[in-house]
This record gives sequence, structure tokens and C-alpha cells, in this order.
Amino acid sequence: MTGSLHVEGVSKVFRIYREKPSSIKQRLLSSRTRAEDFWALRDVSFAAEGGEALGLIGHNGSGKSTMLKIVAGILRPSAGVVRQRGRLAGLLELGAGFHPELTGKENVYLNASFLGLSRRDTEKVYDDIVAFAELEDFMGTAVKFYSSGMLVRLGFACAVHVDPEVILIDEVLAVGDEAFQARCLDRIRAFQREGRTIVLVTHALDLVRQFCTKAVMLDHGLVHATGDPDDVVREMRMTILKQHLEFAHEEGSKEIEITGTRLLNALGPVTGPLGPGDRLTLEVDLAVHAAVEDPVVSIALHDGTNNFVFGADTAQEGMSLGTLTAPTTLRFALGPLPFTSGKYWITVGVHSRDNQRTYHVQEQRCSFEVRRVEDRREQFYMPVTIEVAAP
Amino acid sequence: MRARLRELAAYREILINLVRKELKVKYTASVLGTIWSLLNPVVFLAVFWFVSKILRGGVQDYPVFLLSGLLAWNLFSVAISSGAQSVIVNANLVKKVYFPREILPLAAVGVALVDFVLQSAVFFALLLVFTYGFALDFLWLYPLAFVALIVLGTGIAFLVSALNVRYRDVQHLIGLGLIVWFWLTPIVYAPGTVADVLVERSQVYWNLYLLNPVAWVVMGFQGALYHSPDAAEVLAPISDRGLAAGLGTVILLGMLFLYLTWRLYFTRSGDFAEEL
Repeated sequence: MTGSLHVEGVSKVFRIYREKPSSIKQRLLSSRTRAEDFWALRDVSFAAEGGEALGLIGHNGSGKSTMLKIVAGILRPSAGVVRQRGRLAGLLELGAGFHPELTGKENVYLNASFLGLSRRDTEKVYDDIVAFAELEDFMGTAVKFYSSGMLVRLGFACAVHVDPEVILIDEVLAVGDEAFQARCLDRIRAFQREGRTIVLVTHALDLVRQFCTKAVMLDHGLVHATGDPDDVVREMRMTILKQHLEFAHEEGSKEIEITGTRLLNALGPVTGPLGPGDRLTLEVDLAVHAAVEDPVVSIALHDGTNNFVFGADTAQEGMSLGTLTAPTTLRFALGPLPFTSGKYWITVGVHSRDNQRTYHVQEQRCSFEVRRVEDRREQFYMPVTIEVAAP
Repeated sequence: MRARLRELAAYREILINLVRKELKVKYTASVLGTIWSLLNPVVFLAVFWFVSKILRGGVQDYPVFLLSGLLAWNLFSVAISSGAQSVIVNANLVKKVYFPREILPLAAVGVALVDFVLQSAVFFALLLVFTYGFALDFLWLYPLAFVALIVLGTGIAFLVSALNVRYRDVQHLIGLGLIVWFWLTPIVYAPGTVADVLVERSQVYWNLYLLNPVAWVVMGFQGALYHSPDAAEVLAPISDRGLAAGLGTVILLGMLFLYLTWRLYFTRSGDFAEEL
């Protein structure tokens, strides 16, 4: 029997409370409910039949994980329906359904029962699970002593041995070592051949192109593109590039406000991709609304999968701005770029020296792209000078 | 509703595993391990047995009287207070794994039930050891009182655990409420005495007192187990038929209540993952 999954017109609204009233008193006292609606998903539809692997991609906050939680039955959709045929196994988070105090063996039974397996069925596959996870020597140990790699191996081993017709995987594969990842991928391929349905949520776009027969790209809760994985991945890469000057999130008390940023290179404002080793200057305009003593201005660089790669601030550079009273522009001159390729976002923040107060932070305030020099597969750039040593 | 029951049945393995987990976790990292789960009721009963021998309270064989009601009350109060916490304590599961959420309060009731069974086994053993024995004529009240207790406890556990997710006041309210409820129930004092005192003022007071369903459950257990010579004065002035009728009413109304709270729980449970 093969499973299938149909998602039809699913929307999800979250009510965001400024301050979540969690007691009756608070609820009675706040006559105006300060709630805002946040549409995590709007009218999302897709389908995956037996033997299909569907890749769900999108930026952080695009609604991928919410979608997967709805499919898994953890969240209830505000509108629309999810119809599924066959047993569904979700691997939404590392060691979800594991209890730290229980041993590996007990957790296998507990986890398998969450995936709908009876005790007798679990006994039949128990040895396979242990062998797949390569944890023969640790099954009597409480899982609180497990490493994250061991946890993910055990979790994945359980999920793939409960004979699921539909399997949901959310980014968890990234944790295991390469050998284990390869084994998981083999297993997923075998599932595909057996006609099972797979939904994979990931930031690893290449994985989607290799594995999936279909892809859906979500953007701010809407289906942005759907269809052939190659096309959808290309579209995803395009929108990543297009997203200039769109900061994700800001906060702070705004005694000092970041009013503008400019990226400059030797030729003036940055317009296109940069090359490895280029020098980059970031100008940050600050407006002062209230005199603040000794603020610190910091920048942080994140790569395309939101890993923090570099940070700098005025305090670290031994600089004191004194008490700011008038609009000021700071210039961060960054040395030769060590990156060889990829897209980078810059977060800019102004805060007190002890970091207790945040005046203004704009995440992903601006971005730049570095393009690899053709045919050179280097990890990073390093300035080199070569000379002939004096004889 | 039938489909929901079928789904619950399909996931019963989780219920068993969760109860087992709770018991395991309770005694984990202890040398004696599960022995504690037996030792606990033994010590608990031994202490109460001897302390109540000293206290007496004007009731013959006071320990028998006290424990027949107290064990039932323990099941009831533990089921409710841990039921209220059950969803919050297992937030990690609720947010990441799908399963019928009813299982959480049911597991809380299950854990309380396991304690009850162990304690009752020790209690019965003590009854035999001290040659108190059983009054076989009234023992049939026992299953009736037990069913009433479980139905009532589960219904309330559903209600409070559903509400506690959004309003954490509930768990504090339960703490206070259970204390008041405990003293409104004839556990440490004899129902016969209360009846005398209340009826002397007015029959209405005694009738009001009997509106407490747990009083019926406790009186049922006492009627089933306590049979000392002064039973006529100690026990409630209600015939065994009367007790059975009362317990039957409690069971019927309790079933209705359980159905309603289950419905409430079920509709609310869809939002648990968001609210935690």
C-alpha cells in the first residue's frame, strides 16, 4: 500500500499577543486585547502521491515548518484541509518524543508508540533500529547522556523502521555525520522506490534538486513557486538575490536610530556582486533622539543559511563614541573579503556598552553577494604575496 | 465521537508507555528503583495505621475507617492535580509529536491508579494480617464506588487540564479547592457524626452535604470495607441500597460530565501546541 498527501487551501493565522495574558486576572484587566493576526500560511495547496518526494523550501519564517506541523497534525489549520492516506511518521525535531531520563531502549519503545507501533511490532524491528543507529552499546544508557548526533541517529532509525507510508523530515539530517547522512539518504531513496511519500523541509537546495521529484517554495506563507525541483530551486535562488534592503526584524528603544546604511567599494556604491578579496565599506547613519552616553555600534554578518560568520563593534575596536548628540555617520571599513561565494546579510545594532540596553537593531539591514571566480573551488580567500627570496 | 474513541484505542500503546515512563522517571536514578514504588505505599500505610491508632477520633478500628476513604481520596486528588499539569509538563511532546492529546490527562489518572492499586493491595494485606477481614455482604459496593471515582476523577482531570493550558490560575485554584473539598468529604471524620450534627440543625444541611459526589464515593468505599461493631454510628445513615443508588447516580451524571469535559478538551486540544 502506498500513502499520499493532499494539502488543500491551508491557511494558518497566529494571534500574536504583545504580552500574552496567561491568567484570568490579566485577561479581565486588559479590556482591549492587544492581539495582532499573523498569517503564517495563506491558501497553500500541494499534493504528493506515493513514490513522490516533495521538497518544501523557503526563507526563514516563510512558513515551511508551520506547514509541516500542520501536516503532522500538531497544529490545526485555520482553514483548508490536509488529507493523508497511510501511516505518517514525522521527524520534526531532534529527539522529539524522547524522554531524557529513560534509556535508549525504553525510548525506542516510547517513540515507536508515538509513531503508532504496538509493543509487539516494535519488538520485531527493535534490532534493526539499533543496528541502523549503530548504538548497540548505548541502549541501556539514559538518552540524556547521548550526544546530539546519537539522538538524531536514534530518532531517524525509529522513524524509518515504523514502516511509514508518509514520512516528514524537517532539516534534522544536518546533524549526523556524513556516513550516517549517506545512509539516511539511501534509506530515503529506498522509500521512494517502494512508492512511499516523502516531504522534506530543508535549506539545502542541492539536496532538493538531487532527491525530490517536486518542490514547493513558500514565501511569507504563500506558495511562490511549485513544480520541477530545478525550476523551483532556481526561483528560490533568484529571490534570495533580489532581496536587497529588506531587513527581517527590528527592535530597540530608539534613543539612537539607524536611519540609513550604504555599502561602498573602491568604485562607489555596491551595485553588483563582489569578488573575493574586495574591500567593502559600510556606512551607518545614526539619528539621535535622546542623548545617550557611550553607545556601541555593532555589525554582524550572516550567510545565506543564517549562520553567524563575522562580527565587529566599536567597543571591540577600542573606540568610544562619547555622548552622541548630533546625527552621526560611522564608516566600517572591512578588509579583503575572505568569502568566495554566497550571499551575506548585515545586521546593524546600537546598544549600551554593557549590552543591557538595545537602542536599535535592524536584522539583515542590507546584503551583498560574493561571486566565485570561475573554476576555482576554494573555501575562502586569503591575500597572498609571492616573491622570489633573495639568494 | 466513535471515530475518536477508535483513534484513542489505536494509540493506547502510548498511554501504557506514558504511564510506565512516569513511574520509571519518578524512581529513576535511585538504587532501589521500582522497589520504591512498593515501599512507598507500605510506609505510607504503616505510618497512617499507627498514627491513627493513637489519634483514634472516637471511631473503633480508626485506621481501617480512615484508609478506606483516604486511598480513594488520594487517587482522586492526585489524578486531578497531576492531570492539570499533564499538558504543560509534556509541552515538549505536544509541540513536536502528534498523538491524541487526551492521552496526557488519561496517563495522569493512570499513574494515580497504579499507586492506588499498590496501596490498596498493601491495605488489604494489612486487613488480613490484623485479622480484620472483609464483610462480604457489602463488598459489592466497592466496584461501584471505584467506577464512580474513576469517572469523576477523569472528567475533572480533562476539565482542569484543558483550562490550565490557557489559564495557569487553574493549578493554584485546584490546590486550594482540593483542601476545602477534602474537609467537606467524610474522610478523617465519621459521616455518621456529621449526619447527626447536621440533621440536628436541619435536614437541609445534610442534604446539601450529600450534593458532594466525592462524599458518596468515599462513603461507598467505607461502606464496603468498614464493618466494626460501631459501624452503624460511624457510617452514613444510608442503607447499602441507598448508597448504591447514590453511586449509580454519581456514575450516570459523572459519565455525562465526562463526555462534556472530553468534548471540551478535544476542541481545546487543537490549539495546545500554539498556546504552550
